[in-house]
Amino acid sequence: MTDDRHPLFKPLVLVGGVIFGFGLGFSHMARPEVVLHFLTFTDLGLPFVMFGAAIVSGVAFALLPRIRDAAPLTGTPYERRLKPFDRNVLVGGAVFGVGWGLSGICPGAAYASLGVGNVAILWALAGMFVGAYAQGYWRSRTPARDTTAARAD
Amino acid sequence: MVADPVLLQAVADLFPNGISRYAVGGLLVGLGTVVIYVGTGIPAGASTFLESTLSYASDQSRFQQYVASRDWRLVFTVGIVLGGLAFAATFQSGLVTSSLYEPGTTGRLYEVAGVTLWTTDVQPWRLFGGGILVGIGTRIGKGCTSGHGVCGVGSASKTSLVGVATFLAVAIGTAQVVAALGVSP
Repeated sequence: MTDDRHPLFKPLVLVGGVIFGFGLGFSHMARPEVVLHFLTFTDLGLPFVMFGAAIVSGVAFALLPRIRDAAPLTGTPYERRLKPFDRNVLVGGAVFGVGWGLSGICPGAAYASLGVGNVAILWALAGMFVGAYAQGYWRSRTPARDTTAARAD
Repeated sequence: MVADPVLLQAVADLFPNGISRYAVGGLLVGLGTVVIYVGTGIPAGASTFLESTLSYASDQSRFQQYVASRDWRLVFTVGIVLGGLAFAATFQSGLVTSSLYEPGTTGRLYEVAGVTLWTTDVQPWRLFGGGILVGIGTRIGKGCTSGHGVCGVGSASKTSLVGVATFLAVAIGTAQVVAALGVSP
């Protein structure tokens, strides 16, 4: 399906993933305890990770479209990540919030957590696949309500 | 200007592990995102991997829509795992040290082939139950801490800002309730 991609496409994604995962390890976001310490206000470091990363990516998202029209490896135009707003953003965000507050782990941090040796995180990864499958099974059967929304953001 | 020692102590109490490991880690997470964006134009999030990978095993239309991206999303996730391992083999193992890195005291350390690995003390039922809700919520809510939190906020997307405010507030409430019920860790 994706064999016509540039030969450097996947290697670049791998390198980006390694840096991303290293950062999650270094920041201790791969440790559920540290996320839970933030959520219970005993160590307020977490926002420095999320907003630090958002600032770095924000600079790139703002500058690149002015420098080039499209990405070299894909020809994809440089655009910001904008998604239409609807009730699902609130409902899904709230469900995710309960899960995150209960477990202290989110998807990217769970992958990195496996890398730092956290075998127990397989419980969380198994749960995430079960949850993703359950919502996908249900939503494949009910008419999608969120596909009609315009690209308003 | 003379800093107030009481105020300094209060700030230190809120950041028992300092802020540099968080800030540096965040910059690296952002850098990884930027490397992929510069080359491919894709603002990559981590949670779509859950559905795109299910497309290898399930014909459900929700998962099949990700067939075109499932290969690189798998590569992205393998990269994140390897990045965590690279961190374990260097800073976590004490092979590399830096004044910017604070080791911390959570969980348990163990060693395999000279690499110091780490595992959590958080109970399996919390990880599994929370994981199920994370899997449902991130996919219905159109993103997680990386998709909404890093790429979306970096895009100044109102949808993502609302999404982040929602899951942060609910997560704080949930963690406080769970802690108040005496569940630890």
